[in-house]
Amino acid sequence: MKDLYEFLITPAETTRLHGPHDRIVMSSRVRLARNLKGAAFPGWAKKPERIKIMETIRPAVESLPEMKDAFSEVMDNLGALEKQILVERHLISREHAAKSSGSGLVLNREETFCVMINEEDHLRMQALRPGLQLREAWSAIDKFDSALEKKLDYAFSNDLGYLTACPTNLGTGIRVSAMLHLPGLVLAEQINPIIQSVNKLGLAVRGLYGEGTEALGNVFQVSNQMTLGETETTIVERLDKVLLQIIEHEENARQTLLEKKPKVVFNHIGRAYGILANAHSISSKETMNLLSLMRLGVDLGLFPEVNRSLVDELFIVTQPAHLQKQFSDKLTAEERDLLRSDMVRERLKNVSRPSVKPPKPEN
Amino acid sequence: MQCSVCKEKPATVFLTHIENDKMHKVNLCEDCAKKKGVDNPTTFSLEDADLLLGLGAAQEVAQTAGGADLKCPRCGFSQADFKKTGRLGCPECYQVFAEGLAGLLKTMHKGTRHTGKTPEALRSSRDATERLKLLNKKLAKAIESEDFELAAKVRDELKQLNERAATPTNLTK
Repeated sequence: MKDLYEFLITPAETTRLHGPHDRIVMSSRVRLARNLKGAAFPGWAKKPERIKIMETIRPAVESLPEMKDAFSEVMDNLGALEKQILVERHLISREHAAKSSGSGLVLNREETFCVMINEEDHLRMQALRPGLQLREAWSAIDKFDSALEKKLDYAFSNDLGYLTACPTNLGTGIRVSAMLHLPGLVLAEQINPIIQSVNKLGLAVRGLYGEGTEALGNVFQVSNQMTLGETETTIVERLDKVLLQIIEHEENARQTLLEKKPKVVFNHIGRAYGILANAHSISSKETMNLLSLMRLGVDLGLFPEVNRSLVDELFIVTQPAHLQKQFSDKLTAEERDLLRSDMVRERLKNVSRPSVKPPKPEN
Repeated sequence: MQCSVCKEKPATVFLTHIENDKMHKVNLCEDCAKKKGVDNPTTFSLEDADLLLGLGAAQEVAQTAGGADLKCPRCGFSQADFKKTGRLGCPECYQVFAEGLAGLLKTMHKGTRHTGKTPEALRSSRDATERLKLLNKKLAKAIESEDFELAAKVRDELKQLNERAATPTNLTK
C-alpha cells in the first residue's frame, strides 16, 4: 500500500502550479457521473454488491495510461485523518470521506485525475486544473471516459443519457465547476446580486467545500446544475462565459474599492495582517477569512515582497487535518488553535506590514 | 388554499412563473414567502421558484403512476423510497418510475432528452437508425413523385445499410 502522505504533492508545490486567471480562479474541475448496467446504485446496493462493483471498476480505472503509478485504495484502508486531508485538498467529497467498505479512490501522480468509486454513483471521475481551464478539463475527462467505456458497461439510455442515482445528474452526468476567490465583491457588498444573477442562469454558487458549506475565505464554487437536454460543450462554454464576467466584476470591484474607499480596504488588510502576524491562538475559520484579505493585499501590491504562494500554502496547511498531520499526538481544537497561530506567526515573521500607498490626490 | 412549502398555514402569496409558454404556480403563506424572499420581488430569483416547484413535483411523484407501492422488479426500490431519499435504486428504476419522473425532470433540467455524449458502441447503432429513417422517407417521397431512378438508388443504399448493420433487429423499426 502506498503512503498517501508521501504520494500527495506537498502544499508548497501545489501553490507553484499556475493557470490562466489564477489571481481569481483558484482551480477548475469537470466531473462525470457514470454507473454500470444492471447493478444497484451505491446508496441502495448491499455491501457484497458494492464490493463486486468496485472490483470491476477499480482495475479498469487503474489500467488507463493516465493512471500509471496512481494511488489506488479502498476507503476502509484510509484513516480518518487521511480522508480529511483529501477533503481539504478538494480531491474527494465530504460524502466520499464518510464511506468505508465497498468504496474506493484512484488518484494519479499529477493530481489531475481523481476517481471516486461508489460515492453516490458507481463512478465519479474528475479532471482538475489550476486556474480557469474548463475546456482543457472537459477534453481531458472526455478522453478518459471514452477509454473507460471500452472496459466497462455503462448504464445509458438513448432518451435519458447516462443514468445516475440522483435525477439531478441525469443525462450528461457532468458537473463543471470552478473555485473563485472573490474578496472584492464581498467587501463591496456586491456578492449577493452576483450570486442571484448567476443563479438565474441555472448555475449554482456554493461554499468552499461544496454543497451546503459556507464561503470561508471568500472562496466560492460556481457550477452548472442542469445536466439533461444540453450538450457537454454548451454547458462548459456557458460556465466559461459567466466566469469571465465574474472575473471582470471582481477586478472592477477591487479597482472601485481602491479608488472610492481606500481606507476601508487598507483597514481590512492591515487588521488581517496584524492578527495573523501577532495572534497566539486562532481558529481555522478566522485564519481562512484573514488569509483571504492578505491574498487580496498581495494582489493589490500592498505586500511587495510577498509571493501569493506563501498565502496559498498557509491556506492549505492551517486547515485542521493538515495541521494535525504535523503532530504525532492527537490535538484538541484548542491545542490546534495555539499551534496554528505559532505556525502563521513564524511564516509571517519576515513579512513587513502592508505598505499603504497614499490615496491619489483629488483633482 | 394551503401553503405549498410548509403545508400548514393558509397561502396568501401567489406566485406565477411563466417559462417557455408554460405556467407554474406556487402558493405560499406569509412566513414562508418571507423566508424564501418572495416578499421582495427584486431579490427573488427564478431559481427559487424552480426550487419551490421542484419540491412540489417530488411530492407529486408518489401520487401519480402507481402510487407509493410501485416497485422496481430489478432492485426492489419503491416510489416511497424515492420520495424519502431523492435517489433511485438502479438504472432500471428510470423505466419503472418513468411516468412519475417526467414532470420532475422537466422542472430540473433544460430539456427531457439527452443530446450530449453517447458511448461509441451505441453511437453507430443510433446513427444507423437515424439514417435508416431518413432513407425510408426519401424512398417514399421518390415513389410518390414517380422518380423511379432515385427510388432504385435509395433502395440500394437501404439494402447496403441493412447488410452492414451488426444488429439488424435494432433497425427494423
